[in-house]
Amino acid sequence: MGWLEGRFEEGVITTSLEQAINWGRQSSLWPMTFGLACCAIEMMATGASRFDIDRFGAGAFRATPRQADLMIVAGTVNYKMASRVRRLYNQMPDPKFVIAMGACTCGGGPYYKYGYNVVKGVDLVVPVDVYVPGCPPRPEALLEGLMRIQDKVRGMKDLTKQQPIDMPIPARTGFVELPEELNTLEKANTWAADNKEKAKPAKA
Amino acid sequence: MTPAEIITALKDKFGTKIKSEKTDTIDPFVVVDAADLHDVCRFLKADQRLAFDMLSNISGVDYLEPDPKKAPKAGFDPHLEVVYHLQSFTHKHRFTLKVMLPRWKGDKVGELPEVPTVSDIWRVADWHEREVYDLCGVRFLDHPDPRRILLSEDWVGHPLRKDYEFPLEYHGIRGR
Repeated sequence: MGWLEGRFEEGVITTSLEQAINWGRQSSLWPMTFGLACCAIEMMATGASRFDIDRFGAGAFRATPRQADLMIVAGTVNYKMASRVRRLYNQMPDPKFVIAMGACTCGGGPYYKYGYNVVKGVDLVVPVDVYVPGCPPRPEALLEGLMRIQDKVRGMKDLTKQQPIDMPIPARTGFVELPEELNTLEKANTWAADNKEKAKPAKA
Repeated sequence: MTPAEIITALKDKFGTKIKSEKTDTIDPFVVVDAADLHDVCRFLKADQRLAFDMLSNISGVDYLEPDPKKAPKAGFDPHLEVVYHLQSFTHKHRFTLKVMLPRWKGDKVGELPEVPTVSDIWRVADWHEREVYDLCGVRFLDHPDPRRILLSEDWVGHPLRKDYEFPLEYHGIRGR
């Protein structure tokens, strides 16, 4: 916090109330238990221990829209379901966020041309904050989408009623740096060739 | 019983009501008129030699080539078929029954063709017939619950018809 920072003894943190609220809000996004199709399986994997969405504070999947901040629309939305999706969105308390997960929710996906009953993108039904494409997206991709939602929350200026920051600067990404022995293309190629050599069956 | 024996049994009972037969396919079948379907089905279930106690599937097939250039080469006249796949647990044999229908009743566009229901013979036919009605547009007479099963109640048209036109808008949601 500018000139105040570091003026006090250790253990004293200075912040603005807005930042504190945003920090709390971004670290406890509660998603809704809401899966429509195969993407929901990937969302469950994201919630389970290997990928563990709880590391980002978004592991409390609520079974009711009234306790949820985040709607992950995971799967194909058809016209019959669209009204239900909209109702669930309307039942969520503000501030609320929507992740469109998967190709179907981003824009119809494989059902774009011949799907007579598929909504061509869930953004025709509810406002979408983050699109996560993929069919289905990997759990890492969903986590990345969650991080973008967190960035958006951090840029919110609800308390001071200012304009929110348009393009929030990412605080963290899911980028993984490759280990030393793989970080250039040549090294990676030799490593792959070595591995292929090792995998050959032993000659009798 | 072999399919040939089943066809013979049906012919002994119904004679000319069996319109045509085909035995050199994987699923041998006979074709009956919609008016005779109920009697034939009751016989197939009740007869001790046949005893078809299970209806595996009912499907609707729309034979139509929507492209007018390809239509002469398609090899069929435009029509609808309803196909009944039957199976017997007691005799471990299976058989197929087909009903040929016009695409529209009396060739008036919008009038659905009609078939008597078999849901009083096999209870499972209830939902199968609702699905055929929903997607292919075949009306089943005397059906206990003739509603759509998959699409919403106010849907227009029957999507698996070859000349179906996609909705441009549904309850304020843009289609395509």
